[in-house]
Amino acid sequence: MNIDSIQNGIVIDHITAGRGMRLYELLHLDELDCSVAIIKNVTSQKMGKKDIIKIDSDVDINMDVIGFVDPQATVNIIREGERADKRCIEMPRELVNVIRCKNPRCITTTEQELDHVFRLTDRENKYTAVSTAKRKQKG
Amino acid sequence: MRSVLDIVDLSVEELDELMQTACDIIDHPEKYQEVCKHKKLATLFFEPSTRTRLSFEAAMYELGGNVISVSSAGASSAAKGESVADTAKTVSCYADIIAMRHPKEGAALVASRAASIPVINAGDGGHNHPTQTLADLLTIYREKGHMDNLTVGLCGDLKFGRTVHSLINAMSRYANVRFVLISPEELKVPSYVKKDVLQRQRIPYIQTTDLEGVISQLDILYMTRVQRERFFNEEDYLRLKDSYILTPQKLTNAKKDLSIMHPLPRVNEISVAIDDDPRACYFKQVANGKYMRMALILKLLKEAGTI
Repeated sequence: MNIDSIQNGIVIDHITAGRGMRLYELLHLDELDCSVAIIKNVTSQKMGKKDIIKIDSDVDINMDVIGFVDPQATVNIIREGERADKRCIEMPRELVNVIRCKNPRCITTTEQELDHVFRLTDRENKYTAVSTAKRKQKG
Repeated sequence: MRSVLDIVDLSVEELDELMQTACDIIDHPEKYQEVCKHKKLATLFFEPSTRTRLSFEAAMYELGGNVISVSSAGASSAAKGESVADTAKTVSCYADIIAMRHPKEGAALVASRAASIPVINAGDGGHNHPTQTLADLLTIYREKGHMDNLTVGLCGDLKFGRTVHSLINAMSRYANVRFVLISPEELKVPSYVKKDVLQRQRIPYIQTTDLEGVISQLDILYMTRVQRERFFNEEDYLRLKDSYILTPQKLTNAKKDLSIMHPLPRVNEISVAIDDDPRACYFKQVANGKYMRMALILKLLKEAGTI
């Protein structure tokens, strides 16, 4: 299957197969006016299968979201048809308003305008809501 | 602005410093009678509480300060829909320090971020209650004279009890502490506490359902109540609520210097026949809670430059 290359925009490559749609949703790519392609299950020498997202516009995207969904993905910035920059992704230490706290006893369930803040904990690279997190121990 | 929301907000050095201050307050109360003169503590209790609120208020009065308070959500602007953040900002204009209890987890964190004065978490849902742990630590220190080389038995509801998790967290920072976790299968310590605290720091512990089988090993026995409000199923609660009832007979093999603790309120986990046993410490814990709250109020007001 062929998808046209883009002139100015962003290619999110090496997405673990199956996570492309999750990224599309959390990056709110459905709200963009430009062309956006999600290519699923592309054959990859390195990964076997991967997903790719191409965005045909030089928009700001939230790198924290990519780091949260799939830290092994890469982000390529395309200018005039050429790769101008390649960014490697890391898991962000803190996520703000990317996912919502599901704890029914959390203060965010009653106060709708509060930020939903999650922090990366050591435990198996999991994120824990700051409101309910056992925060990093001192001393 | 420094606030205390969780026991791990305080380093071991700070815990030791608070215990030293509390001991000094006990020995020399006259030195502290006016240190908070003209200062105000706001107790914001959006959930019922007897001992915690009274303890905070007594603490501030004994430091020579004053108290303004909200004793229920219905009696405050929260009933009109005011947010925790707005309440905290408003109260910052009236008081020098806040002690807050709220049924929602994370409420104290929200208040601390909005307030311009220190906030002490006096309980946020099933999450944290650091000043109870301070009371527990001072009790252990005063009963034993040291915090290290102890075998700490925790008995009852070890799954939902926030005081149990906080105490494990706090005591695991002292050397050669060993835990004996006594509970029914359904109310065992959650795996994240075992993984993140005990196993990570290689702290020895055993899990058992048999209190009498291990009681002779214990230096401290921390009893807890099985809390009805934590169960979705009444049948499970009724089946488990009387799992452990401490009676004089069960203490037959216990050490002579065992310290029996309980965060209170108790239902029937400890027979009243034990109240007169010199090893019973649970009412001393209540008194110690007030002294540690005095020490904490002092520390936070000093750090804020208020006194």
